[in-house]
Amino acid sequence: MDPENLRYTKEHEWVRVEGDAGIIGITSHAQSELGDIVYVDLPKPGTVIQQGKTIGSVESVKAVSDIYTPVSGEVVEINGLLAQSPETLNKDPYGAGWLVKIKLSDPGEPAKLLTAAEYQAFVGTESS
Amino acid sequence: MLETIGVSTLEDLYAHLPEDVRFGGALNIPAGKSEYEIVDYFRARGLENANSHANFLGAGVYHHYRPVLVDAVVSRGEFLTSYTPYQAEISQGTLTAIFEFQTMICQLTGMDVANASMYDGSTAVPEAAMMAMRITGRDGIAVARTVHPEYREVLGTYTRHQSTSVTEFEYDPETGQVDLESLERALTETTAAVIIQSPNFFGVVENAKQVAEMAHAKGALLVFVFTEAVSLGLLEPPREADIVAGELQSFAIAPSYGGPFAGIIACKEKYVRQLPGRLVGESRDVNGNRAFCLTLATREQHIRREKATSNICTNQALIALMATVFMALYGKQGLRELAEQNLAKAHYLGERLWRRFNGPYFNEFVAATGVQTPDEINRRLLGFQIVGGLPLDRFYPELRDSVLLCCTEMASRADMDAVAEAFGA
Repeated sequence: MDPENLRYTKEHEWVRVEGDAGIIGITSHAQSELGDIVYVDLPKPGTVIQQGKTIGSVESVKAVSDIYTPVSGEVVEINGLLAQSPETLNKDPYGAGWLVKIKLSDPGEPAKLLTAAEYQAFVGTESS
Repeated sequence: MLETIGVSTLEDLYAHLPEDVRFGGALNIPAGKSEYEIVDYFRARGLENANSHANFLGAGVYHHYRPVLVDAVVSRGEFLTSYTPYQAEISQGTLTAIFEFQTMICQLTGMDVANASMYDGSTAVPEAAMMAMRITGRDGIAVARTVHPEYREVLGTYTRHQSTSVTEFEYDPETGQVDLESLERALTETTAAVIIQSPNFFGVVENAKQVAEMAHAKGALLVFVFTEAVSLGLLEPPREADIVAGELQSFAIAPSYGGPFAGIIACKEKYVRQLPGRLVGESRDVNGNRAFCLTLATREQHIRREKATSNICTNQALIALMATVFMALYGKQGLRELAEQNLAKAHYLGERLWRRFNGPYFNEFVAATGVQTPDEINRRLLGFQIVGGLPLDRFYPELRDSVLLCCTEMASRADMDAVAEAFGA
C-alpha cells in the first residue's frame, strides 16, 4: 500500500523529504493505471520549478502523462536508471523507481499535501 | 429532402443570418460552361506550357527525368486512393513502402532515423529548427543566407509569433560558401541550431564538417538542408549533422508549378523522441511474422495534443512513394551515375561562363551576365525554346547582374552551347 511516510498529490505524485530535499515519484496507482512504462522524460539538473508545474512525462505503450512537481525548488538529481530501465517504475514506484530529487525552496510545502490515508480516500472516490 | 426537415425553400436554411452580413449581389464569375468547353479551355492552357523547351532553371525545383515505372506503381488503386489510416496497421502495403522509404533516406543522409516524410523541404526546415530548440532548451536560430530564400521565409512564418530569434549569417563573396567569421559572430550561448544548405542556393558545396565543429563547440546542433537530392548520390552523406531536412522533388516528382512535393526529416537516434511526424517501425505479428506498425506515436498530436512534437505536419505518402520507387529503381550505383552526369554537364557549361563564386559546385552555379541584363539573356534564350536561369536580384540585391543556372542530365550539349553563346561566351 502507499507508504505512510510520504505525501501525495491528486495528480498521483508522491514526495519523500530527506533533509532539505524532496524525492519525487509517481504512485503505485498511477503506474498501474498507465500500464507498461516504456519511457520517462525527466528535467535537466539545475532546472528551477514551481509547485504544480510540469517537470516531465511518463510514457506507456499507448499513453503519455505529464508529471507535476508536488514541491517547488531546484532539481539537483535525476534517476538515471530510468533511461535504461523505465520498467523499474512499474516494479518499484516508491523505491528504485523514484524520478527526481528537488532541493526545497519552501520546506513547508510537503506538509500541506495529502497523507497516505487522504490519498487512498481520493483514489477510492476517483475510481468509484 | 426540404420537406423532411420541415422547410419549404433552400433559402429558409439561411434565414437566421442577418441581412447585413449577406452578400446581395451576383458573384463575379463567368457563367457555367459545358464539359466540352472546359476540356477545350484547359487543353489550350496546357499548350501554353513550355513542355518541349530545354530547361536551365533549378533553384529548388529540378528538371529531371521521371522513369515511367514511377507512375505505373503510384497509380495502383491500393496506393493512389488510400490515406494513411489512423488504424495504420491494417495497411501493411503502405507501411512497408514507408518503411523502405525511411530506410533509404537514412542510407542517403547518414542519419539513424527518418520519418515517413513531410509536406516539402521548406516546411521540413522550420520543423528541424523547432526540434533543435526543444532538444537544447534554447531559442536562437542561426541560418545561412545561402539557404533557399523561400525556405527562410517559411522559417520566418513559423517562428514569427514564438520567442525565437532568427539570425542570418553571410556568405563569402569569393567562394560562395558560408562566411565562417560571420557564423562565429552569429553563434551565441542561446543558439539552438545552425542551419546550412549544401549544395547551397548558389549550387556551391559547403564544408559541413567545419560548420558542425563550430556549432557543436557552442552547444548548438547542426541542421543540414538539401534541395537537390540527386547530389546525395555523389557527395558525402552529412553524418556530422544532428538533423537533416530536405526536399525530394528531384526523385521523380514532377515540378507541377511548385507542388505537391515531399520533404524529409532525419536525425541521430538520440533525438528520435523530438522528431515530428509519423514513424513506421518493424515488428512481429501474433504469428511471429515480420510486420510493420506506427511507432513512438506518443510524440504525435492524436495522443499528446498541444504538447506534440508538431501540430502542423503530415506525411506525403503517395508523393514519397514516387521517390521510393525512384530510389529503388536507380539504386546506389544508378544514383551515383545520375549525379555524375549532372556534375559533368554543369561543369561543361560552368567552365565556359564567368562564374561569380569559386567554391566547388554540383549541378548549379551563379553566372555573371556582363553588359547584358539577365532578362535580356533569358528573352533571347526563350526564342530558341530554352528556359534560362533564375535572375538573382529578386533574392540577393547585391547579385544584380547574376543568374543561377542548373544543368541536369536532361541538358543537351547543343542547348548548353546555345546558353553559352547567349551569354557571349
